[in-house]
Amino acid sequence: MSIIFKKTRALTDLKMHYCPGCAHGIVHRLVAEVLEEMDEDKNTIIAVPVGCAVFANKYFNFDSIQSAHGRAPATATGIKRVHPDKLVMTYQGDGDLASIGTAEIVHAAARGEKITTIFINNGIYGMTGGQMAPTTLPGMKATTAKAGRDPQINGNPIRMSEMLSTLDGPAYIERVSVSTPAQVTKAKMAIRKALEMQKAGLGFTMVEVVSSCPTNWGVTPVKAMEFIREKMIPYYPLGVYKDVTAEEGK
Amino acid sequence: MAKYLMKGNEAIGKAAIEAGCKYFFGYPITPQSEVPEYLSSELPKVGGVFVQAESEVAAINMVYGAAAAGARVLTSSSSPGIALKQEGIGYLTNASLPAVIVNMMRGGPGLGTIQPGQADYNMTVKGGSNGDYRNIVMAPASVQEAVDMMMEAFDLADYYRIPVMVMSDGLIGQMMEPVSFDYKPCKELPPKDWALTGMGEGKKHMVENLVMDADECEAWNHDHFKVYNAIEAAEQDWEDFMMEDAEYAFTSYGTSARIAKTAIGILREKGYKVGMIRPKKLWPFPIKAFELHDAKIKKYLDVEMSMGQMVGDVALACGDASKIEFYGRVGGNIPTVDEFVAFGEKVMGGDK
Repeated sequence: MSIIFKKTRALTDLKMHYCPGCAHGIVHRLVAEVLEEMDEDKNTIIAVPVGCAVFANKYFNFDSIQSAHGRAPATATGIKRVHPDKLVMTYQGDGDLASIGTAEIVHAAARGEKITTIFINNGIYGMTGGQMAPTTLPGMKATTAKAGRDPQINGNPIRMSEMLSTLDGPAYIERVSVSTPAQVTKAKMAIRKALEMQKAGLGFTMVEVVSSCPTNWGVTPVKAMEFIREKMIPYYPLGVYKDVTAEEGK
Repeated sequence: MAKYLMKGNEAIGKAAIEAGCKYFFGYPITPQSEVPEYLSSELPKVGGVFVQAESEVAAINMVYGAAAAGARVLTSSSSPGIALKQEGIGYLTNASLPAVIVNMMRGGPGLGTIQPGQADYNMTVKGGSNGDYRNIVMAPASVQEAVDMMMEAFDLADYYRIPVMVMSDGLIGQMMEPVSFDYKPCKELPPKDWALTGMGEGKKHMVENLVMDADECEAWNHDHFKVYNAIEAAEQDWEDFMMEDAEYAFTSYGTSARIAKTAIGILREKGYKVGMIRPKKLWPFPIKAFELHDAKIKKYLDVEMSMGQMVGDVALACGDASKIEFYGRVGGNIPTVDEFVAFGEKVMGGDK
C-alpha cells in the first residue's frame, strides 16, 4: 500500500482555534507543505503578527517569534541579518501589515530584505471583532463603520501589492486567493516561488492572499467564499505584480 | 594599554564592537547621531551589520529580531527617540531577550531641545512601557566609564536575559576624552539555547509574547521578578566620593555628578564635611549605599538636570524625604559649579 497523502511535518498536531470558513488554516498548510517539499522547514524562522494569527507559532512546527503589531517585517529584518542562511518569513493580516505596520512593510520591501511575507487580506479586523480594516471595501459593514465604509468619511482601501510593486526592492509580489481548489493550487505555487526567490537571494518577496472572515463578515463559510470571488477579487485583482525573473527573461 | 582620544558617542560604538556586538539598528537623532555614523563604517569591517531603520519603532523591533536570533545587538537614540522605542523595550523584556539600548539624553518633554538633559529618569528607571517590569540602567559620568559600562552592559544583558539601558547625556556623547578598551567578560555566560537558529534536527524554538491564560501570564511576571530580585541583590553599583567623614551628601549621577565633584572640592576647601553618593546604576538603585552612610548624614543634596526625578528613590533609600534638598536645571541647561556651591552653602548654612 502506498501513501498518497499525509499531514505535513511542518505543522504541529494542535487543533487550530480559527473559525469555520476562515482561510488561515488553508494558508498555514500551504506554507508548511511548501517548506517541507523544499526541505527547508527546519531551516526557517517565521515572525507571526498580532491578530488572529498570533498563535500561528503554535501551529507551525518550526522556529517562530510573536511580533509587536505591524512590526513583523522589522523583526524579520533583525533575524535575517543575523542568519542570512535561513529562510525568514512574516505572516501578517491586513490591519497588521496595511495599517499599523505600513512603514515597516514599505521599508522592508524598499530595502529588498531577503524575507518572504504572507499577507492575509480579508478586509476586516478579525481578532478584535470586526472593526474597519485598511482594506475594508467601500460599502462593506464594520463595527466601526456600521452603515458600511463610506470613502468620504472613512477613507479608501489600500492595494498593497500594487503599491509595493512600484518599489525597486521587491523581487516577487503576487496576489492569490484560496476560495476555489484551483486558486489554492495557484496560491501554493506562488508561495513556493516566493520562498525559492528568497533562497536565491533575489530580494523581498510577498504573497498576498485574498482571504475570508465569515464570522465578522456575518455570512456562512460558503457565502464568504462567494464574497471573495464576487466582491473582493474585483477590487483586489489576482495576479503577479512583480517578478524580477520574468523581467530578466524579457 | 593604548589610549584613544575619542568622542563619547564614537567610543560607545567602539566599546560595543570590542564587546562582540556585531549588529546595530538605529535612526538619526541629535545628540547621538555619531553612534550610528561611526558604526555604519566600523561594523562592516568586523563582519557586522549596520541598518539605518525607517524609524525608532522599526529599529527596536529589528533589535527584537536580532536578539531573538541570539546576537549581541545594540541600538541608540536620544530622549524622544527612546520614547518611541518603549513598546519594543516592553516586548524585549517580556520575552526575556538581551539587548543594549543607549540613551544620550536631551532636554524634554516632547521635542524639547537638543542640549543635554537628565529628565528621562522616570521613563527609563520606572519603566516607560506597559506592564510590570524593570531594566538594568547604567549611568556613566565620563567617556571612559561609558566605555566600561557598555562592555558590562552586554554581559549583564546576556547573563540575566534582560534589556540594559546605558543612560548618558548629550554632553558625554559629544565630549572628547582619552579612553582605553579592555573587554573582559564579567560573567560566565550560559549558552543561548533558546535562540531562533532554525530548529535543525532539534526542537523548535519559540519566542513568545502573548500569554492568554491569566495564571500563566501572572507566572511570567513572577518569573521576571525573581530575576529582578537577584539583580537587586547582586548588581547595586555606586561611587562613594569623599564620604568617609561626610555629614552632608550630594546625590547625583552622570554629568551633573561630575559637576558636583568639582563643587564638593570647593565646599571642602571652605570647611564643609560634604561628599557624594553617585549611583553608577540607577536600577537597581544603590540602596546599600544609603544603609551604609545614612546614620551620619544630616541632609542629602540631590542635584540633577531634571526637576528632581531621582529624589523619590533617594527618599525611599534613606527613608526620610525631609532630609532631601533639591537643585536642578532643565531644558538643556547645564548647571555650573558655582550654582552647586551656592546650593550647598544654602543647605548647609555654615554647618562646618
